[in-house]
Amino acid sequence: MTALALGFADQVTQAQQVFGAVMNALAHPGRLQTLRIDIAPPRPLTPELAAVALALADHEAPIWIDARLAAEQAVAEFLRFHTGAAIVARPEEAAFALITDLEEPLPLDRFALGNAEYPDRSTTLVFAVSDLSEAGGWTLAGPGIPARRNLMASPWPHDLAEIVHANRSLFPRGLDVLLAAPGRVAGLPRTTRFVEEV
Amino acid sequence: MMTRASTDAAPEAGYNFAYLDEQTKRMIRRAILKAIAIPGYQVPFASREMPMPYGWGTGGVQVTASILGGDDILKVIDQGSDDTTNAVSIRKFFERTAGIRTTTHTREATVIQTRHRIPEETLQEGQVIVYQVPIPEPLRFLEPRETETRKLHALAEYGLMHVKLYEDIARHGHIATTYAYPVEVAGRYIMDPSPTPKFDNPKMHRMAALQLFGAGREKRIYAVPPYTEVRSLDFEDHPFHIQTFKDPCAICAATGVYLDEVIMDDRGGRMFVCSDSDFCEERRACGHRGSMLAEAPAALTGGNTHA
Repeated sequence: MTALALGFADQVTQAQQVFGAVMNALAHPGRLQTLRIDIAPPRPLTPELAAVALALADHEAPIWIDARLAAEQAVAEFLRFHTGAAIVARPEEAAFALITDLEEPLPLDRFALGNAEYPDRSTTLVFAVSDLSEAGGWTLAGPGIPARRNLMASPWPHDLAEIVHANRSLFPRGLDVLLAAPGRVAGLPRTTRFVEEV
Repeated sequence: MMTRASTDAAPEAGYNFAYLDEQTKRMIRRAILKAIAIPGYQVPFASREMPMPYGWGTGGVQVTASILGGDDILKVIDQGSDDTTNAVSIRKFFERTAGIRTTTHTREATVIQTRHRIPEETLQEGQVIVYQVPIPEPLRFLEPRETETRKLHALAEYGLMHVKLYEDIARHGHIATTYAYPVEVAGRYIMDPSPTPKFDNPKMHRMAALQLFGAGREKRIYAVPPYTEVRSLDFEDHPFHIQTFKDPCAICAATGVYLDEVIMDDRGGRMFVCSDSDFCEERRACGHRGSMLAEAPAALTGGNTHA
């Protein structure tokens, strides 16, 4: 048995910093926020995905992990130990979904969307990408964006366009998205829409 | 008025940073994230007992405690003023439990907790304004059942609110609601802006700062992201108007700001002064002088009364 990877060295400060970055990411969709992280979770879990989970998940907020993460037993052990959250097999029970395999289609119709009276009871999807940029890619509009903003993620998650389009018709229900690259995070709350370029 | 350094009052031992335990903060933080994602929608949260009574801003305090970091600079106002009991005690609470810096200057603050006003100075991107909310449900006095108001919000069935405003017109000839004036956020949810004067409603529209609302007793958190449409409800033939004041501030001569009436004596003497004490002070520091500056009580003009 190998030793468990460490969590935040200073839990109070780092949880606040990660939360602050995520809050600003969702308040300013498409703008990159800095994540300063010093943890080294078991691969293929990325430090950024782990940090979001450690900062925000607990016994009241279960985590779903994709098949690639689930294949590595140490990932679930690490998350369970440091967050106290249940690692759930059913996507609809998850408060947070951690996704590293961007090619594999997600069970999109199974994540929690919330209901009309409680649209907040929905899953937040957290994708690990290799790079994020505020140039090129998709043009975004919606609350939190003064006029237009651009966001490029590489690789681009297979299901992202479908999620964003579905969010428009589902609102106020919907899925909120975080994209986390090394040292950075961007948010696409359910209010954000893609502007089709002419 | 000044910025207080964190060093002159070491945080109290025995408390977690900013008083709340980490599990509570996570729960509140998750509620805040969903509130931002669904502008104007009231997210239920497990409000904790705070070491102050309901009505003293327990909701705002919990939101502030959950977002504060060690580098934040906090300003707290009550009815626009930095020196009233509620503002002073909440500021001290965070000085003692978080050891953070506090300020009275709107421009310097990264987090502004407010009871019933929005500062006159335009808020900037990167700032967060936290409103203390007594009754978050704008439909509550029209429909007392939570199950029903939930349904009305779910269906965006807001006819009741329009009827209420219309009845105002029928009775008074104009919309007589002057504070907690309902707004529509991002074209969807009707939201209570907290008991701010309707004078402040236009400031919420496309504000660059993030707006968070906390109701402790009612256990609700809601939000308006930056640059979001906030429309005060009205009718084509009765458009929304804000209050106007006949005279400028009596001590700093500011116009286009919200004024408080100050009773001077028991013979009907009174004056109208800025409700935003920091704004008024800065103007006087710049040499602006109102018509009654000389006769104004020291508590209004020089009064650096807060410790």
